[in-house]
Amino acid sequence: MKSQYMIKPIIQTPDSEPNNSRRRFVFGASAMLALMSIPFPKNAFANALSQSLSQLSGKVFDLSIDYKMVNFTGKSARATVVNQLLPAPLLRWKEGETVTLRVKNNLDHDSSIHWHGIILPTEMDGVPGFSFDGIKPGETFEYQFTVQQSGTYWYHSHSGYQEQTGLFGAIVIDPATPDPVIYDRDYVIMLSDWSDEAPENIYAKLKKQADYYNYRERTVMDFFSDVDKNGLANTWNARSMWNNARMSDRDISDVTGSTYTYLMNGNPPQQGWQGLFEQGEKVRLRFINSSAMTIFDVRIPGLKMTVVASDGQNIQPVSVDEFRIGVAETYDVVIEPEVDNAYCIFAQSIDRTGFTVGNLTSDPSLHAPIPPMDPRPVLGHSDMGMDMSDMDMSGMDHSKMDMGGGDMSGMDHSKMAMGGGDMPSMDHSKMAMGGGDMSGMDHSKMAMGGGDMSGMDHSKMAMGGGDMSGMEHSKMAMDAAKATVSGLGLAGFGSNNEIKHIDTEFGPQVDMRADAPKSGLHDPGIGLRDHQQQFNRKVLTYGDIKGLHPTYDTRQPSREIQLHLTGNMNRYMWSVNGVKFMDAAPLEFEYGERLRITLVNDTMMTHPMHLHGMWSELETGDPDFIPRKHTVLVQPGSKISYLVTADAKGQWAYHCHLLFHMPGMFRKVVVK
Amino acid sequence: MNKTNLMALGLLSLSATLTSSAVFAGGNDDPLLTKVMLDQFEKGVDPQDPTQFSAQAWLGYDLNKLWLKTEGEYSNSDKQDLEIQALYSKPIAPYWDVQFGIKTDIKPTPTRNWAVIGVQGLAPYFFDIDAALFIGDQGRTAMRLSAEYELLITQKLILTPEVEVNLFGKDDAELGIGSGLSDVSAGLRLRYEIVREFAPYIGVDWRQKLGNTAEYSRNEGEDTQETQFVIGFRAWF
Repeated sequence: MKSQYMIKPIIQTPDSEPNNSRRRFVFGASAMLALMSIPFPKNAFANALSQSLSQLSGKVFDLSIDYKMVNFTGKSARATVVNQLLPAPLLRWKEGETVTLRVKNNLDHDSSIHWHGIILPTEMDGVPGFSFDGIKPGETFEYQFTVQQSGTYWYHSHSGYQEQTGLFGAIVIDPATPDPVIYDRDYVIMLSDWSDEAPENIYAKLKKQADYYNYRERTVMDFFSDVDKNGLANTWNARSMWNNARMSDRDISDVTGSTYTYLMNGNPPQQGWQGLFEQGEKVRLRFINSSAMTIFDVRIPGLKMTVVASDGQNIQPVSVDEFRIGVAETYDVVIEPEVDNAYCIFAQSIDRTGFTVGNLTSDPSLHAPIPPMDPRPVLGHSDMGMDMSDMDMSGMDHSKMDMGGGDMSGMDHSKMAMGGGDMPSMDHSKMAMGGGDMSGMDHSKMAMGGGDMSGMDHSKMAMGGGDMSGMEHSKMAMDAAKATVSGLGLAGFGSNNEIKHIDTEFGPQVDMRADAPKSGLHDPGIGLRDHQQQFNRKVLTYGDIKGLHPTYDTRQPSREIQLHLTGNMNRYMWSVNGVKFMDAAPLEFEYGERLRITLVNDTMMTHPMHLHGMWSELETGDPDFIPRKHTVLVQPGSKISYLVTADAKGQWAYHCHLLFHMPGMFRKVVVK
Repeated sequence: MNKTNLMALGLLSLSATLTSSAVFAGGNDDPLLTKVMLDQFEKGVDPQDPTQFSAQAWLGYDLNKLWLKTEGEYSNSDKQDLEIQALYSKPIAPYWDVQFGIKTDIKPTPTRNWAVIGVQGLAPYFFDIDAALFIGDQGRTAMRLSAEYELLITQKLILTPEVEVNLFGKDDAELGIGSGLSDVSAGLRLRYEIVREFAPYIGVDWRQKLGNTAEYSRNEGEDTQETQFVIGFRAWF
């Protein structure tokens, strides 16, 4: 079963090879090598999947949506299930085949199934209201499409809040050509959040009291302990910012473990999920976050995880100790556990109000200890989108900080322990020049386009390390003439456009605007930023992700759309550019165009943004290997860019995948 | 003026309900909701102390709401208070709503009616503010300012200091109200949230009549200042 020649779990190719055709050849050749030397692995592990997820495979699937009473908390509550299962059955497809899915709705409400991350015709996408009317009670809808991709995906209802009540399942698509990922066994790990409360009630409670589920608010005791530690003046100053903004630095998740029970493959934590492996096996874990509202941080104490795919798409392997998985994202990791040992798959919620666990072992009698949760995160000023890069209090332009209406006048700016000179229009943080790796850097790739070069202050550039001598500036793509034509940053490097807050962002519906949003690319995210330092854990960042396949569409973007994720936490309203879905005109893409979307997060929440029908090609710094994703986390007060090739005509949904943000933070995309 | 606004709100609500009934992928972002808050329902520990309540309710959407506010005081003596406000509320800033409508002071008699314009919201440092101007008939005017703060001792044990001041434009001898600053009150309540929606509390309430109003009280042989210890509960749904 095990391959004879593979040491690494992945077929690797040289990394620093900019030549696409060469890379393609190497890729193809090694794939062929794999084909010749080992049997195609599908049959070998088909039976090895977790017993807890029941699998359906083939070309025709009958799925029936029903209500069912379940009990995850000691109380019984009504769930929405597929074929009487929660999670819904794991669907195993094969790339290149045409699948038919007959979905019968036995609910007394409309329902639907959306195939998340699957490239398909718009009428098969399963979003009610967009060239599909939903599935009426008692009716059967037949989905049929040809599977054009491989990897780990999932499906869920796109009607009302049925997703939170259990209507979600995994999709694994076996590749038509041999899988470049070598493994002996695979398991799907589906993470979800369950509440006995009806989702409509949760939403209503949040509208009535936005911090209803937050039992981690700052108390008088915290204040005294801070005063004890830092002195009264410092504590007061540190608090004044938040008090003025009327925001809570403890506001991490809208809905928390106070109502949610976190599940792994449908198992609550006290029960846990269990997976078995045999000696010497490479195990591929296919993580899917099918939660309604919960972002998870995943690790397996004692094991390195090699991340081999993100959102179903193969990436150049990255070895990590921990990764954050946003709602709707998927990550595939390969691990090499040791025999006669047990490992805990530990997924803690981003706010540390709960976790879910699995036990991975070669011997069912062994149980790995469950680690304690990490310290709960507290938001910082940078999560409000303020430039904290140099703590020089001298000349901060406070006029740029615009939070919540005109009530900032009473604010004593001199006390604010934050700084930064006036923020240059150019955002140097985009230039991923951390550390001392300056020597090997290919400056020709630097996206320093635009006419703003004159105003650029190189002395401020955060090019860590003093070894600037070897830098050949002449090679830098400061081709002003060229860059001015498009005015856009080069493909693969993200936006260099100015952050603009348009008029609709001003009003009672928006409580904050990030005026110096940092790039979210290299940010592990709130609560994880100190894990390297504190626990010596390497945490995956988007900056680590490079596609395994060379960039599919090598064109430069012809235009850029800047979208601001906005909200009013206190009123519990969410929107894009300050306009909620109901009031918004659709976004129009021209068929065939290559464009860039830059998302600016003007809130303090982490938003997983999901574009239907087309890939979100995340610009992680290497134009030759741009990874494809379907859901992109936008860090608080940060920005991130991706490229989209508008190759799918029709109407598509584009929204935050946090279930209670989605109704407002939603756009229709029309490709014509 | 009020009637027109109420009608406008009604139409607005209706149209919002109609448009929101369409099936959309993400569900209705702005459902019609109601919230009823019994902020204070309390009895003084002294048997002669009155029973008091203060309640608010709203019906509406994210941005436009109808509010009802009522507060009252009941005791066996003839000293009873009951007022009701019906307001239309509309946001003017992320944390601020402007509210206008009517207020009726049913007790004590004779009944007084007022037009109301006010602002309600969250000020920096998390002060809950309610400030309103009342315009009555016969040239009567009044103003009320109240502020409340929540101090979390633990996540469920919450101390709430509050202050309120009332001002009147002119004397109302029948009701014993004098012009100018008429009274100041301050309260301190310590509640324990058994669940978010229900919290019993203990507290202390202090009231001081001032100026001409105090003068009226003294002429009636009443105290101008009262302090009472209260037990009660807070509830909402």
